[in-house]
Amino acid sequence: MNAPVKTPEERQAELQGMGDSRLRKEDARFIQGKGQYCDDIKLPGMLHMDIVRSPIAHGRIKNIKKDDALAIPGVHAVLTADDLKPLNLHWMPTLAGDVAAVLADEKVHFQMQEVAIVIADDRYIAADAVEAVEVEYEELPVVMDPYAALEADAPVLREDLAGKNEGAHGPREHHNHIFTWEAGDKAAADDVFASAPVTVSQHMLYPRVHPCPLETCGCVASFDPIKGELTTWMTSQAPHVVRTVVSMLSGVPESKVRIISPDIGGGFGNKVGVYPGYVCAIVSSIVLGKPVKWSEDRIENISSTAFARDYHMDGHLAATEDGKILGLKVDVVADHGAFDACADPTKFPAGLFHICSGSYDISAAHCSVKGVYTNKAPGGVAYRCSFRVTEAVYLIERMVDVLAQKLDIDKAEIRRKNLIRKDQFPYTSPFGFEYDSGDYHTALEKVLDAVDYKALRAEQQEKRNDPDSPTLMGIGLVTFTEVVGAGPTKMCDILGVGMFDSCEIRIHPTGSAIARMGTITQGQGHQTTYAQIIASELGIPSEVIQVEEGDTSTAPYGLGTYGSRSTPVAGAAIAMAARKIHAKAKKIAAHLLEVSESDLDWEIDRFKVRGNEDQFKTMADIAFAAYQQPPEGLEPGLEAVHYYDPPNFTYPFGIYFCVVDIDKGTGESSIRRFYALDDCGTRINPMIIDGQIHGGLTEGFAVAMGQQMPFDEQGNLLGNTLMDYFLPTAVETPAWETDYTVTPSPHHPIGAKGVAESPHVGSIPTFTSAVVDAFAHLGVTHIDMPHTSYRIWKKLKEEGVQL
Amino acid sequence: MAKQIVKMTLNGQQIEQLVDSRTLLVHFLREQMNLTGAHIGCETSQCGACTIDIDGESVKACTHLAVQCDGSDVKTVEGLAENGVLHPVQEAFYEEHGLQCGYCTPGMLMRSYRFLQENPNPTEDEIRTGISGNLCRCTGYQNIIKAVQSAATKLQDNETASA
Repeated sequence: MNAPVKTPEERQAELQGMGDSRLRKEDARFIQGKGQYCDDIKLPGMLHMDIVRSPIAHGRIKNIKKDDALAIPGVHAVLTADDLKPLNLHWMPTLAGDVAAVLADEKVHFQMQEVAIVIADDRYIAADAVEAVEVEYEELPVVMDPYAALEADAPVLREDLAGKNEGAHGPREHHNHIFTWEAGDKAAADDVFASAPVTVSQHMLYPRVHPCPLETCGCVASFDPIKGELTTWMTSQAPHVVRTVVSMLSGVPESKVRIISPDIGGGFGNKVGVYPGYVCAIVSSIVLGKPVKWSEDRIENISSTAFARDYHMDGHLAATEDGKILGLKVDVVADHGAFDACADPTKFPAGLFHICSGSYDISAAHCSVKGVYTNKAPGGVAYRCSFRVTEAVYLIERMVDVLAQKLDIDKAEIRRKNLIRKDQFPYTSPFGFEYDSGDYHTALEKVLDAVDYKALRAEQQEKRNDPDSPTLMGIGLVTFTEVVGAGPTKMCDILGVGMFDSCEIRIHPTGSAIARMGTITQGQGHQTTYAQIIASELGIPSEVIQVEEGDTSTAPYGLGTYGSRSTPVAGAAIAMAARKIHAKAKKIAAHLLEVSESDLDWEIDRFKVRGNEDQFKTMADIAFAAYQQPPEGLEPGLEAVHYYDPPNFTYPFGIYFCVVDIDKGTGESSIRRFYALDDCGTRINPMIIDGQIHGGLTEGFAVAMGQQMPFDEQGNLLGNTLMDYFLPTAVETPAWETDYTVTPSPHHPIGAKGVAESPHVGSIPTFTSAVVDAFAHLGVTHIDMPHTSYRIWKKLKEEGVQL
Repeated sequence: MAKQIVKMTLNGQQIEQLVDSRTLLVHFLREQMNLTGAHIGCETSQCGACTIDIDGESVKACTHLAVQCDGSDVKTVEGLAENGVLHPVQEAFYEEHGLQCGYCTPGMLMRSYRFLQENPNPTEDEIRTGISGNLCRCTGYQNIIKAVQSAATKLQDNETASA
C-alpha cells in the first residue's frame, strides 16, 4: 500500500525549519546529567594544577619558597615566572596589543594575580601545596582610581613599559596611560555646541561588574610527547583563535594543536580571553608529558578573569528648545586594570563604543575614550554585549532622559522627535556606522499602547500628589540600537585574522546531513537553530541534521561565539553553504528528471517539473543520486563549505519599558512590570529567542540593581563570592513580558540580526531610567548603579523624602 | 590521609567505597563514581548546581563530606529516569525550554523533584521560593517556573491515573 500523500503544509511542518519553536536537540543529554563540561573530563594519569595567587594588589616579589610544597607527597612541580623565562612564556601578548604576565614577573599588579603554579596528583594535594608555597612581598602604593592613576605623581604601575611612549593605539601620554581613541568629528560637534540653544551634561559611572557564568573557567591539557601533539579541552568561546595563539606561544605547529570546547556552562564573554591558567596547564603538560587539569574556583573566577565595563563617562547633548538633538559629545576614562587585555577587534581599543549616538538622528558627534592602567584585574570586554555597546547604549539613553527632564518634555515624546525615521534607512550615523534597517517609531507606539503609557503617567502623577503614598513610582523607557555581528574583515580582525565565520555541510547518501561550524554554543541552542536554517534552505528535516562545533580538528576555522555574532555571521555562512548545495542539487534533479534546470521549481523539500506536479525529486532522492550517478561533468558527493565575510554589521533594536515601585521607608524596589519589544530581524526559533531574552533581561536586572565589584583602598576585592556578588534568584527576578516586530536585515542572506545580547544591553538603562524617574519630580536627573535598596534608601534620605 | 569505608545506596544500587575522610561528596560522586551530573559552581553552597537528594532532602553536595553519607540513600540526576523513562520533571524542563547551557540543570531538576514532593500543588510564588537555593544565569527562571508547574500537573495526572 502506498503511503498517504502529504500535503505541502504537512511537509513544511515536518522540516521544523525557520520560524518553528522546535524543542532543543541539546536537552536530552543535559536533563540526564550527560553533558560533558570541561571539569567532567578525566584522562588516565591526569594531574591537577592549582594556582598560588597574590594577596596584595601591588608589590614586589622578594622571594618564593617552594621547598615545603615540593616536600608534600604527590606534588610533581612548583613553577614560577623564573621557570617560564627560559621558554619565554612568563609574559604573553594580549588581544589588545599589550602584554600580560602569565606568572607574576618580579611584581604583582592586582590582588589574586597568578604568582606560581603547583601540579599534583589530585586537586586536594594541589590545594595543600598552594598553601605551602611561601611568597614574600614588598608592598607598593596601590592605585585603584583611574583618574588618580593619571596624576603626574601617581605610582608607576607598569615598570616593564618604561620608556615606551608609543602603545598599540598611539602615543602614551603618561606612565599609566594606555591609549586615547577618538571617533566622529570634533570640530563639527564643537561648532554645534557653541551655538546650540540648550546643552546638558551628565557624569556617570558604569561600574565594574563580572559576567560570572555558572561554570568557571578551566581546561585539560594533554601533550603526547611521542606524536608531538597537544590536545586541550577548554572553556573557550573561541577555540580556533585559541589554537592560533597556543601555536604561536608554544611553537607547536597549528596542525598538531587541537583545541576542543566541550559543553560550556555559560560564557557571557568571560570565556573569550586566553588566561594564564590555560597557558600554565598547557606548559605543565608539555613539560611533564602528562595530562594536566586546571579548574578555577569561584573566587578565582570573579577576581581574576574578564570583568566588564568600568567606564567613567561624561556625556553632553546639544539641542533646540523644543528638544531636537543637534550634537553629542562623550568623554570616557576607561579603567582597563593592570594589563590591557580587552578582547576587541584590533582596530577598536574601545570596541564599538562609537555606536553611542544610538537610535537618534544626530548630525554632529564626537567621542573620546582614554584607557588607563590601575591595580585591578585585566580583561574588559565581556558580559553579554558586543564590544562596549552596553556602555554606549547606557550613555545615550541616560543623556536623552537628562535632556527631556531639562526641557520638561516627556521621555516618549523626545524619543519620537529624535528617532531615526523608517525612510532614513540605510542610515549613516555621525560616527560612520551604516544602520541596515529599522522601524523604531512603529515599535515605540506598539509598546506605549501595550502598556497604556498614558494611564501609567496619570497614576504616577496621582502618587506624586499624594503625600500619604507609601511608594514612589518610576517609569523607564529605552529605545536602543545595537551593533552586532562583527564583522566585516575590512574593519574587524583578531590578531590579524579577519572576523568571518564558517560552515561546512555534508549531505549523506540517505539524505541526512551534518554541519560543522566555526562558532561554539554556550547555551544559545546552536545545535537546534542552525539545523533549522538548513532545513528551510534544503528541505531536509531538522531532526536528521547534526550540528557540530568546537573541535578545531573537525570544524572549519571560525572566530567563535561572542558579540551576538553567531547568527549574523555563522548563520549567514550556513545559508550560503546550503545555497551552494541547493545549486548543485538542482543540476542533479534536472539530470534525473531529464529536463533543463530552468524547467524546475523548488517547493519545500523538492524540485518539481513546472506544469507537471507528479514529476519531482526530493532532496533525499537527489542526495542518493549524488553519490550514485551524478550527471556527467559533475563531481560526486553533495557538500559545501562557506566562509562568510559580512558586508556590514547588523543593527538589532528594541523598545524596553519598565515600571518600578520604590518603598519610601526602606528603599526597596519592586519591578511591577517589564515589557521588552525586540526586533532581531528574521526569527529562527521564537521559543529560543524568548528564552534568550528572559536570560538577558535577568542579567541586566542583576547589573542595574545589585552587581558591583567593590574594592577598598588597598585593592582588596570585597565581593568575590556568590555570597556577596549579586546573582538574582527566582525570588528577586521579575516576570518578563516579551513582544517583537520583524524588520529583516537587507544584507543578511536570511535577514537575521542576532538577539541574545539585546536584552542585557537594553534593559540596564531601562532600570536606571525607571529608578531615576521615581525621583524626577525632585529634580534628580541621574543616579549611578547599582540601585540596591541601601543606595536607594540613602537617596531617599538625601532628597528628604518622608514616609 | 585517613581513609574510610562508606556504604550507601546510590541511585538504587548498594555501593561500598573507600574514601579519604576529607573528600567532598561532590568530588566523590564526580571523580570516584564518575557521576558528573552534579556540577560545581561555587563551592560555597550558594549556586545549587551540585544539588542532589539524600534521604528525602535536597542537599548541596559541595559542602557535604562523602563520609557523611554512610548508610544514606542518595539519588543524583543520573538516577532520575527509571528504566529509560524520563521523570516528569525532566520531560517538563525539555518541553518548556527550562534550560539553556545546562550547567544548573541537574541541580534544578533534583531540587524540583524534591520540592514537588514537599509541595505537590505549588503557587508561582511558592515555586520561586522553593527553587531559590539554585541559581541559573541563562533562563531568567521564567521557563523553569513553567516547567515546575507543568511537572506538578504531570505528577498529579500520573497519580490520578494510577489511583
